[in-house]
Amino acid sequence: MIGLNHYLTLSAILFSLSVAGIFINRRNLILLLMCIELMLLAVNFNFVAFSRALGDETGQVFVFFILTVAAAEAAIGLAILVVLFRNRGSINVQELDSMKG
Amino acid sequence: MAILFQTILFYCFAVFLIGAALGVILSRNPVHAVMFLVLAFFQSAVLWLLIEVEFLALVLVLVYVGAVMVLFLFVVMMLDIDVEQVKGGLTRYAPLGFAIAALMVFELVQVIWVRGRFASAAEGFVPLPEGYSNTEALGAVLYTEHVYAFEIAAVILLLAIVAAITLTMRKRPGLKLQNIAQQVAVKREDRVRLVKMESEKPE
Repeated sequence: MIGLNHYLTLSAILFSLSVAGIFINRRNLILLLMCIELMLLAVNFNFVAFSRALGDETGQVFVFFILTVAAAEAAIGLAILVVLFRNRGSINVQELDSMKG
Repeated sequence: MAILFQTILFYCFAVFLIGAALGVILSRNPVHAVMFLVLAFFQSAVLWLLIEVEFLALVLVLVYVGAVMVLFLFVVMMLDIDVEQVKGGLTRYAPLGFAIAALMVFELVQVIWVRGRFASAAEGFVPLPEGYSNTEALGAVLYTEHVYAFEIAAVILLLAIVAAITLTMRKRPGLKLQNIAQQVAVKREDRVRLVKMESEKPE
């Protein structure tokens, strides 16, 4: 029987995979943004599963707002990416070291 | 029988979801990664439909796949990234990343399965009563209890529009444009010059 634990486990696996993705994709900024989207999806999984298990719709309202903020974040992030590519001609993370970080 | 069918469906879609996530993080071509991410969102939407969260599942497909992923695809194709240069294989952090991911999965699974005290863990989700509308229930709390947050969300979207446009707008040099104010403010003295000269006489 599929219950809360199965959904939480799936969400944990998804979140860990996206963390691994941020570690291993150090060459392409777009892939980093996509890993962040995947992470938000894993978080939404948790909210939905708990909302359903506790019988409270507030969790689903929260997912709604997370989707809104994620859309805004993606739009601004991609705009920054376009400006960066226009100025530097590259989106390689390892070349973005002009601030000596 | 229906419960067995639901279990099979869950595992089937979960496996596809994890496979799509692996595809996102491992594929070197950004276009392939975007396509895998679209697949991951579709699988998630189906998994949400399985636990009767219909409105959010459809919003996920419409908003995420329809808008955000298309935006990603648009940017990926517009930027003209050199795939061969990006391809350079995994970084030296890859083993560390996978080790950390495996450790996180181990810890979270232990927390969820060994120490979890959720009542619904064993018997699964309680089926919703007949005639229950997920969209209606969501709207009933969204526009009453959370209406303030709803309006803030609208402002955040407006902010995103303004920020994205101001970031990417640029003035190109050498563009020929009309300056209306200058045209209207022109005076007679700027344009017309009367020259006195001798009239020509026939020889």
